[in-house]
Amino acid sequence: MADLLNALAVAGKSALGFQAIFFALLAIGINVQFGYAGLLNFGQIAFAMLGGFGIAISVSKWGLPFWVGVLVGLAAAVVLALLLGLPTLRLRADYLAIATIATAEGLRLLFRSVSATPVTNGTRGLSAFNTDFIALAPWNTSQRYSILGTSWSGGELWVALVGWILVILGSLLVFALMRSPWGRVLKSIREDEDAVRALGKNVYVYKMQALVLGGIFGALGGMVYAVGTGSAVPDQYQNANTFLAYAALILGGAARVLGPVIGSMILLFILQFADTGLRLLISNGIIPEDLLSSTDVAQIRFVLVGLGLMLLLIFRPQGIFGDRREVMLDAR
Amino acid sequence: MTHAGNRARRHGRRAGTPVVVRLLLVLTFGLGLAALTPGIASAEGEQVAGTLQTSRSGPIEGIGVTVTTTAGEDVDEVETDEDGRWAVDLPGAGQYTVSIDADDLPDGVELAGEASRTVTVDDGRRQAVIIGLEDGSRGSGGGNIQAVQLLVDGIRFGLLIAMAAVGLSLIFGTTGLTNFAHGELVTIGAVAGWYINVSGGVNLIVATVLAMVVGAAVGALNELALWRPLRRRGTGLIAALVVSIGLSLLLRYLIQIVYGGRSSPYQGFSGGRAVDYGPFTMTNADLASVIISIVVLVLVAVMLQRTKIGKAMRAVSDNRDLAASSGIDVNRVILVVWMMGGALAALGGVLLGLSDQVQWDMGFRLLLLMFAGVTLGGLGTAYGALVGSLIVGVFVQMSTLVIPNDVKYVGGLLLLIVILVIRPQGILGSRARIG
Repeated sequence: MADLLNALAVAGKSALGFQAIFFALLAIGINVQFGYAGLLNFGQIAFAMLGGFGIAISVSKWGLPFWVGVLVGLAAAVVLALLLGLPTLRLRADYLAIATIATAEGLRLLFRSVSATPVTNGTRGLSAFNTDFIALAPWNTSQRYSILGTSWSGGELWVALVGWILVILGSLLVFALMRSPWGRVLKSIREDEDAVRALGKNVYVYKMQALVLGGIFGALGGMVYAVGTGSAVPDQYQNANTFLAYAALILGGAARVLGPVIGSMILLFILQFADTGLRLLISNGIIPEDLLSSTDVAQIRFVLVGLGLMLLLIFRPQGIFGDRREVMLDAR
Repeated sequence: MTHAGNRARRHGRRAGTPVVVRLLLVLTFGLGLAALTPGIASAEGEQVAGTLQTSRSGPIEGIGVTVTTTAGEDVDEVETDEDGRWAVDLPGAGQYTVSIDADDLPDGVELAGEASRTVTVDDGRRQAVIIGLEDGSRGSGGGNIQAVQLLVDGIRFGLLIAMAAVGLSLIFGTTGLTNFAHGELVTIGAVAGWYINVSGGVNLIVATVLAMVVGAAVGALNELALWRPLRRRGTGLIAALVVSIGLSLLLRYLIQIVYGGRSSPYQGFSGGRAVDYGPFTMTNADLASVIISIVVLVLVAVMLQRTKIGKAMRAVSDNRDLAASSGIDVNRVILVVWMMGGALAALGGVLLGLSDQVQWDMGFRLLLLMFAGVTLGGLGTAYGALVGSLIVGVFVQMSTLVIPNDVKYVGGLLLLIVILVIRPQGILGSRARIG
């Protein structure tokens, strides 16, 4: 029973920690692109990587102030979105999907390559770039604080606080935008592109704006993650994370302002709970070691996400809060 | 995130594969190294030794090697023997500088770095000294030779991508599904082949055939258990696409749990040694891979062109409703396409495992190049996938002439994006599909 409570507490902590914020921000970006505009960005993690490395490279390699690093990361994400959107947004939806997934994998390979080592430190990555930010915390960051049976370091709390403020501001922005004429055009593009074009709107420009906005959210997510872990390593930005964010979005409900936020909290809670729970069951001998060893547990989360993604899409594409009519998309 | 460590470890191991060694040393760089010679030391005391040779010139005889202490005192001066070997006995442990006389080197062989090296010799140790030599095949002089070698390698790789991508393209053509789980069919084929071959101790050729059967079965299962019911429910294409992503994640990490993060080779084929064909070298395994790919792809082309089911596939791919109304059983054709795609992907996986060893995410990495090939050729066309994949394979390998080896996939993915700008319908595709 104590184990169970402990597992619940650990899972609860991860549903509120910087990882949940990371996925929430990624998912908010995907929500703008996929949920509202019907764009398939399968490389959201590339934007996050540019955000994280924007800070890391600016601060540790170029010696710039932290906030300049934030701007560099955001600018890099905007440039990437423009580069990706330019050739693909006039084409069918799956071309963007292929181009973005290829870019995400390509950029990661590039960042971890030997030739990029002078800038990105290759597979070892960069660290020690978040001290300026952590120093802004109004409380003592070297101390640990206990909240509801979980232990947080001061730095973690500060990152989580700033991160959740970012998430709230982002959600408010999306809320306001989607009530505006701009948001209505975006939603109609998702429903019927040709009809919007017939009304004289430049569909291409609207799609591009949605892609850029979503990319900026992705970059912010990557920044929170990089600052939260205190390091930026290319292999942290595996493209599987993009699909974790998709799972979070669809779980919460696409095309809903709070869908991605609630979705990521629930997803992280489930994943962490499954993780701790499985490790517990293995160490207690309830699950035999040769069926599933504790080193495999890390992989289980992706299996769960894959399965969950399939089941959700098949049986409940609208997730928890969504509207079924809004998410039945078709590429043709 | 959580398996970042795994990846790093896997890459570390990967660097030790014969393929990479071959690529790095023999073909791409043509870098001759003064290799470590095994302990034939006559003296009990300390010694420095080495071999001077390059891959093209062979052992180099008669090069003066001077050994001095770090203070500048001469210890000894020797010349390399007919095997390129040299050895100098030392008065004791300590730091020594070994230098060779670069002017004596034969034409075409140059120093890759410094002509001298400082080494630290421990008590009673025989210390090997490596002085890097270059036989020019890396520079402008050997550029043609190297280009031919890379072209041949690229064709082999391109044929392999083509084989896996034909199924992907036909599935897209017949059902409209962009199947992101196709890479896992490749991995499943390779891993199934590995278990049959290594754990089961079955001959590799038989194991390959069995792996293809497994691939076809998995393809059929895909269609019957998942995609056909989904089509019947009227699931949208984008939803189906995200489902395929979910399936890909599920399968990929299940494979990792079952097979593990290691990379291991197949057993019982004699293809490790490169055979010299004049302008290029190739292992027997690679040659077999090329021949098998060509034969299989020609068979696929003949089937598509001549047989009833092949014609039906092209008809469904071209216009599904028209095909259905002219009496073609569309669901049966799609099932055959899935089985064929699965079998071909499995064969591609085994051949990839032959040259690059079997890994849990090999298919996913190949998937992106398959997409590049299929897009280049034209989504939905069988021949387009073939042509496009061949070009992508050659491009990826040839690009190492200009860019480092570890970012060569990035070049292929860049090519994909360039194609989308210039000619999004691909070489053989039709304009109507892309809108």
